[in-house]
Amino acid sequence: MKRWSFSNLMLWVGLAFIYLPMVILVIYSFNDSRLVTVWGGWSVRWYASLLDNRQLMGAVMRSLEIALYTAIAAVALGTLAAFVLTRIPRFRGRTLFGGMVTAPLVMPEVITGLSLLLLFVAMAQLIGWPAERGMTTIWIAHTTFSSAYVAVVVMSRLRELDLSIEEAAMDLGAKPWKVFFLITIPMIAPSLVAGGMLAFALSLDDLVLASFVSGPGATTLPMEIFSAVRLGVKPDINAIASLILLVISLFTFLAWYFTRRAEDRRRRSIQQLLDETRPERDPRPQPEVA
Amino acid sequence: MLKRFLPTGRHVVIGIPFFWLLLFFLLPFVIVLKISFAEAEVAIPPYTEIFVWAENQLQILLNLGNYVFLSEDELYLLAYLSSLKIALVSTLLCLLIGYPMAYAIARADKQAQTILLMLIMMPTWTAILIRVYAWMGILSNNGLLNSVLMGIGLIDEPLQILNTNLAVYIGIVYSYLPFMVLPLYANLVKHDLSLLEAAADLGAGRIATFWKITVPLSKSGIVAGCMLVFIPVVGEFVIPELLGGPETLMIGKVLWQEFFNNRDWPVAASLAVVMLAILLVPIILFNRNQAKELEDKP
Repeated sequence: MKRWSFSNLMLWVGLAFIYLPMVILVIYSFNDSRLVTVWGGWSVRWYASLLDNRQLMGAVMRSLEIALYTAIAAVALGTLAAFVLTRIPRFRGRTLFGGMVTAPLVMPEVITGLSLLLLFVAMAQLIGWPAERGMTTIWIAHTTFSSAYVAVVVMSRLRELDLSIEEAAMDLGAKPWKVFFLITIPMIAPSLVAGGMLAFALSLDDLVLASFVSGPGATTLPMEIFSAVRLGVKPDINAIASLILLVISLFTFLAWYFTRRAEDRRRRSIQQLLDETRPERDPRPQPEVA
Repeated sequence: MLKRFLPTGRHVVIGIPFFWLLLFFLLPFVIVLKISFAEAEVAIPPYTEIFVWAENQLQILLNLGNYVFLSEDELYLLAYLSSLKIALVSTLLCLLIGYPMAYAIARADKQAQTILLMLIMMPTWTAILIRVYAWMGILSNNGLLNSVLMGIGLIDEPLQILNTNLAVYIGIVYSYLPFMVLPLYANLVKHDLSLLEAAADLGAGRIATFWKITVPLSKSGIVAGCMLVFIPVVGEFVIPELLGGPETLMIGKVLWQEFFNNRDWPVAASLAVVMLAILLVPIILFNRNQAKELEDKP
């Protein structure tokens, strides 16, 4: 019995270790004092002052926009990649393809960032595009690395999917693309939502890639925060950081909750359907009723 | 006749992600390799051309100077070694803390599992920059930790933790712990518990069962978790920059400085090439492990 309690204890200590600093950050964001380490009573003045900070607000809007486009593109690209890896067992270059899908998960960001920047510079010299680095180049960088995360999430769902449903539709004469959009996509929808959220969060969070591939005038929120905190803790950064934490936590919690509920409902209805239709599926000819 | 040349659906489905990754993931490394043989120059872009057309022939000017420079300056060697050491130690710490956590989640009842998993997953979705920033306020000389420690009389004067390697270790373990726990959990939850019962029936103690059955069975989870921590940590920039101090030497930070402060793109490129060469074996190991996971599942 002893090890059970040890691992449980570690679990709670670990969770406390993960969550305590965030809780402390949120509490201190309500600190009235300008000296961030001295408690001066509760106040929301740093939140109010955020609204006046044009530069920061501009960066927030820019980051949200990039994150939205990244989520859309990464879901499309990552789902395609996941589909290829789980449903097409053999094609030329499959090993290379599989490697390119999983490698961005671990590739150090400084390497990806530097290499993408050098690509953009070389492309600008050769074909004149991108003439200017900014939101588009950041979007490309974010899409490339977050589609790998989407692919992993979608792949795990595609693998546990019952292939017989897709095969049945195919046998009944549905074209592959029709099967994909009418059968596969609805069945993996929760993982698409989860993947999209993950891509959104990853894009919103990224500092290193954005710093490398961004150009003048395209400062994202993490870049703004980074240049402010390099020299120490600042009260208004406490406020914006807490806001991001709260919004993302709420967002992920809701997404998690709804995808879970959808999943449960789907599982139950499939089970119900199977129970109801089983007798009718009897292949023997029905006896004539006199 | 025309139909033969039009791409089929299959080609399109494979082609789109394949082309995107070739263009934006693989090709950039080739260019990094190329630039690493160039020389820095005050120009836009700030490096010399390697392929030159002169007198109707292609001349290739390979310049090994950057690599010679890297090997001559001790700073770079030390930075690589120290990055590897920091990554190795923090991976082990993550494994030691993460394994019992994953084990406890995998053995909890189904209802609790989903909630615990969400609790572990949520931080990976929230900004790493912000979570590292949270530690700056806690660890600083007049921060919360020192105030509490002095308040209860454990220490008389504040401990210098922020801007030391200790803070870097705390930050890395803190940020990367979920990446260790999640693959371990995914593996541990699949185990057939009847194996443990069989071992118990045959007279093995709990500790023997754990080391002889659970740990060997979870090998692929351990490999995946360790690689997910080790490889990115070697090139980590944000954590050593914000939490580390002058004594903290990490290659990600050095590369950043070469690129942004010294504007020496060729040296930064050759630093990246060497880092990639060091990480190639772990990355291939990780890809193999992931591919095997993919084949194993029904």
